[in-house]
Amino acid sequence: MVADVPANIVQQEQVGPGQYRLTLYAPAIASYAVPGQFVYIRCADSLDPLLRRPLSIHGVNRKEGKLFLLYQVVGRGTALLAARRRGERLGVMGPLGRGFTLPEPGRRVILVGGGIGVAPLVFLGHELVQRKNQVCLLVGARSADQLPVGKKGYTVPFDHAVATDDGSCGHHGSVTDLLEKMLAGEGADMVYACGPRGMLRQTALLLVRYNVPGEFSLEERMCCGVGACLSCVCKTAGNGGKPFEYRRVCVEGPVFRTEQLVWD
Amino acid sequence: MAKPSLAVNVAGIRMKNPVTTASGTFGFGSEYAPFVDLNRLGAIVVKGTTLLPRQGNPPPRIVETPAGILNAIGLQNPGVDHFIEVALPYLRQFDLPVIVNIAGDSVEDYAALAARLDEVPGVAGLEVNISCPNVKKGGLAFGADPDSAAAVVRAVKGATRLPVVVKLSPNVTSIVRLAEAVVEAGADALSMINTLLGMAIDIRRRRPVLANVMGGLSGPAIRPVAVRAVWQVYQALKVPIVGMGGIVTAEDALEFIMAGATAVAVGTANFINPRATMDIIDGIERFLVEEGVPDIQELIGAAHM
Repeated sequence: MVADVPANIVQQEQVGPGQYRLTLYAPAIASYAVPGQFVYIRCADSLDPLLRRPLSIHGVNRKEGKLFLLYQVVGRGTALLAARRRGERLGVMGPLGRGFTLPEPGRRVILVGGGIGVAPLVFLGHELVQRKNQVCLLVGARSADQLPVGKKGYTVPFDHAVATDDGSCGHHGSVTDLLEKMLAGEGADMVYACGPRGMLRQTALLLVRYNVPGEFSLEERMCCGVGACLSCVCKTAGNGGKPFEYRRVCVEGPVFRTEQLVWD
Repeated sequence: MAKPSLAVNVAGIRMKNPVTTASGTFGFGSEYAPFVDLNRLGAIVVKGTTLLPRQGNPPPRIVETPAGILNAIGLQNPGVDHFIEVALPYLRQFDLPVIVNIAGDSVEDYAALAARLDEVPGVAGLEVNISCPNVKKGGLAFGADPDSAAAVVRAVKGATRLPVVVKLSPNVTSIVRLAEAVVEAGADALSMINTLLGMAIDIRRRRPVLANVMGGLSGPAIRPVAVRAVWQVYQALKVPIVGMGGIVTAEDALEFIMAGATAVAVGTANFINPRATMDIIDGIERFLVEEGVPDIQELIGAAHM
């Protein structure tokens, strides 16, 4: 069930430079949300900026009706959101989109997050652990201070490893280096990824090479959030002889399987 | 005061209130069903439909601009057969006039679409899209020139008995001149305005933001331009007008009605507030009660001396 509700801000915490963790009281959304889905937030009441902002769901506490979001300030909308305080209300639509497919219990799963793209993977990781899967989260960031999770003060209750571009924390290099090492070593039954497009493409290449199934959570500029306006499409493999097809990230995604995506 | 009457009639399309949806912003209705009661809408104008399915333009297709959006979707749609077989049966469950927005590459395309839809039960009217700025052929190529626009309208009128609403572009020197040409060619009503042609540049990449380079501007940013267009055409011609362009609230909708619109379409506002159409209907009714106006029709063109 999708809802559009006024949600109270329970907590707004800065967790890094321009990075925030927002806790909302939204039981109607929290009770239905599954990992990989997103909410569509009205950051301010004014008409400029006009559109809502899509943010992936970082976690839920269904018992307390809470929804957790982890986001990075990238423009005016998210800057306005970061200025909102505890006790204020936000218009929140959700849960929207199709989430990750969950594997059978007992599988070995790797989660690959680039920067703030790690947000939905933490929700997924919790769910996977609960379903008795073996989970390892790989997080990449430009530097130690840009690391959204997997650091002192904000860790996760499952295996994780870190890569930074400048070597200031964990592996010096790309998060996909870590992924390749794991795929070449103990391997994996399933890989889930979310992050910058270049990182996702590299991940897709590795998954094809090591023949491991994967799912990707994508981001696109979005308008309606409900599949009506066809703004947020991404290029996917075509059916019935068509070379490709544009699919809506908001309702046919945001999660797509490796073989669905076209990277050009 | 008794409940005021909100009903209007646009060239034979009987609407229980003046609020409809702008084509392309409301899909085929089902997308918004979790948020709105489709039975309450005055009418629905569905996504632009072509003879054959279309892929549309490559992404990025939209960019946010001050109080507006530039879009270049490029008429992605599943084609008229899919509309008739899948989308229309869904909409027929509701007490809701369905207006089909049609677009083509040639005069013959428009005529063929009109003929195809003429036979189909459940279609209340056609909206002829000769004003889409985002396709290479058709669209604005017809809507910017009075003679081509008239040719499309004549062909459509010759192929259907349905009421024909012609959607006009603001990207012309004189919208009145276009309106006159299409009304002379047989248009039963006009809808205005389509989006304003615009563009945005990503200064870091030194490239246009939209893959299509240019796009159509919509949202509150264009409202004064749209109100002006409705005002001018109402003054010049006696033809029902469906007014649109940046309507977010009931007050916005009433501006269009007082400028001369018989009905209004809500577009971009659906993206911000999925219940925008419902809120606007309620707001119009409240306004009539507050002002002691028993019938919305009293307000059509009320701002003209």
